[in-house]
Amino acid sequence: MKLKKGIPLIDQHDQHGFWGGKFGGSFIPETLKKPVEDLTKEFKKLRKDKKFLNKRDYYFKNFIGVPTSFVKLENLTQQLGGAQIWAKVVSEANGGAHKIYNATVHALICRAMGKKYIVGDTGAGYAGKMLSMAAKKFGLKCKIFMGAKDIRRQKPNCDAMRKNGAEIVPVHSGSQTLVDAVSECMRYWVSNCDNTHMCVGSTVGPNIFVKICGWSTAQISRELKLQLKSEFKKIPNKIKLINCVGGGSSAYGFWSEFIDYDKERIELIGVEAGGPKKSKLHAAPLSRKTKIGILHGAASYVCQNKEGQINETESISAGLDYPGVSPMHCFLKDVKRARYTYATDEEALSAYQMVTKYENLNPSLEPSHAFAEAIKIAPKLNKETIIIVNSCGDAKKDRDILRERLGKKKL
Amino acid sequence: MISLINQAFQKAKKENRPALLTYTVAGDNTKKKSLEILKSISDHADICELGFPHNTPIADGGQIQTSAYRAIKNGIKINDVFSIAKDFKKTKKNKPIILMGYYNMIFQYNENKFLEKCEKSKVDGLIVVDLPHPENKNFAIKCKKKGINFIQLVSPTTSKTRLKKIIKDSHDMIYYISMLSTTGGKLKVSSKEILERYNKIKNQNKSKKIVIGFGITEKTIKSLKKADGLVVGSAICKEITNSINRRQNAVTNVTSIVRRLKNKII
Repeated sequence: MKLKKGIPLIDQHDQHGFWGGKFGGSFIPETLKKPVEDLTKEFKKLRKDKKFLNKRDYYFKNFIGVPTSFVKLENLTQQLGGAQIWAKVVSEANGGAHKIYNATVHALICRAMGKKYIVGDTGAGYAGKMLSMAAKKFGLKCKIFMGAKDIRRQKPNCDAMRKNGAEIVPVHSGSQTLVDAVSECMRYWVSNCDNTHMCVGSTVGPNIFVKICGWSTAQISRELKLQLKSEFKKIPNKIKLINCVGGGSSAYGFWSEFIDYDKERIELIGVEAGGPKKSKLHAAPLSRKTKIGILHGAASYVCQNKEGQINETESISAGLDYPGVSPMHCFLKDVKRARYTYATDEEALSAYQMVTKYENLNPSLEPSHAFAEAIKIAPKLNKETIIIVNSCGDAKKDRDILRERLGKKKL
Repeated sequence: MISLINQAFQKAKKENRPALLTYTVAGDNTKKKSLEILKSISDHADICELGFPHNTPIADGGQIQTSAYRAIKNGIKINDVFSIAKDFKKTKKNKPIILMGYYNMIFQYNENKFLEKCEKSKVDGLIVVDLPHPENKNFAIKCKKKGINFIQLVSPTTSKTRLKKIIKDSHDMIYYISMLSTTGGKLKVSSKEILERYNKIKNQNKSKKIVIGFGITEKTIKSLKKADGLVVGSAICKEITNSINRRQNAVTNVTSIVRRLKNKII
């Protein structure tokens, strides 16, 4: 198993869709074979189509509002007294998180394929909110599948979805979170694939969805590369790119341009959801030793029991609360290009408090996991080291949880 | 030697009717109960499909999901599924049994070990919902070597060229999914249309037995009786749920549904 240089990671799979011969693939019911093949062909064509690329760039600029800023967190850096801490403020993107890139691309593909309906899953509600925004923008009818538990804990995003005219379908089966939402969304697609396009909200699912999502979020690292060059005159010699990992879409987007670099120069650090400190449950398949399994059409490290039943997960962050992870991250882990660790709910919360205390930044609970790791390692590093955290979501959606956990503080 | 599955189809054909296939979930609602149900309905069914439950079933509708969650909650393990099959075969040695489920369960158990267990438990066939053609080629070959029928699925979205390849690699039986739906959906396509598509598949190779499943209930079964076989799953699982809710005897209730289904196609 080896990484290839000069080829985007999304294209480093074999003919059956597997990265490293064992992660990914397309474990789908027969009914979905044709729509998945159609989508695969369409995407292959579109990504080489100049007109389509121009359209993407146009909407990325005028609808999403790229590029998002790259800023030094002076106070936090000073406070921790070690490495320089920077943030790529992806939460500035329209809608408040990176999910808008994938949603916009899927809506464009849906239109190109002549379909009028689009469906998607959501955990934290960002993927759903963004899909509802893109659907509205491009005149598509939109249904969002969301676990009943997540609907309760991420109300602000649900309000936004409804305002955009999307229908939220509550999912009451299983743990009532993202894993069940994805299953239900896939079931809906099985039943309606003739006129409906499905958007998978992260770099998970059957191979083609991993690719489309990664292709969309890669915008983040393309921008960052230019920003690094303009800020430092060249790519600095010691960088650590820290990103939270649920499904892994923002992490892939944040890293894609930098995977070819030597890991001593640019270290990639993924931070998963460790769950509550006292709980045995977590959503950290990469950093807490799990076995490869098949979930939602792809093989990846999965939180599961010996029999192959998928485990319930637990995390304060709905966006990371998922038992599987992108096959591309499994591959990056096994070839040792990226390092994966986890932060507990409590660590994420105190990181949130520290960041918001010292900086004019309001990271959601997902990137707060990444900040927790940054805060942990920064003091041990010298000031030539550049830590960059992808602040990929805004905490507005976490209003209720933060109020409950941190008290009356104004948010 | 002719497989038990083929023998079942031949017997039905002699009686000028389609074979009746039932689907129940192993361990629903307990290990013991599901074996009793299986034994009892097999007096009327020609082939019994037994689901090994998974908690993330992406192609199943509400009824089968409920059965699967109930069985898992009551502690069913994959080895129990094998022991149910084995026990069943002790008294019903000529009744074909097909295990059906999702690939992760087989993958975790280990493909070879899983097939050895199938062989030992006298399982006649396997349906793996999320292991489509051509990814299932190697596994299907392994099944054949063990004398186990690997049953390919075909759906309304399967293209012509794909259909040819699937039929070429199929064993005795092919499962045609009647419509774009998860299991237990309401039949949204006319029987005429389903049978037209069925004939197209059948005409490719008349020696293959084609069964139709998804959306088949007491109401719809008669209209499809020209097929080689018909599968009823959700309607049965639903009856188990209802019986439990009403504190009635699931074995008798389910058996009478299967008897009624059979009477509709004689």
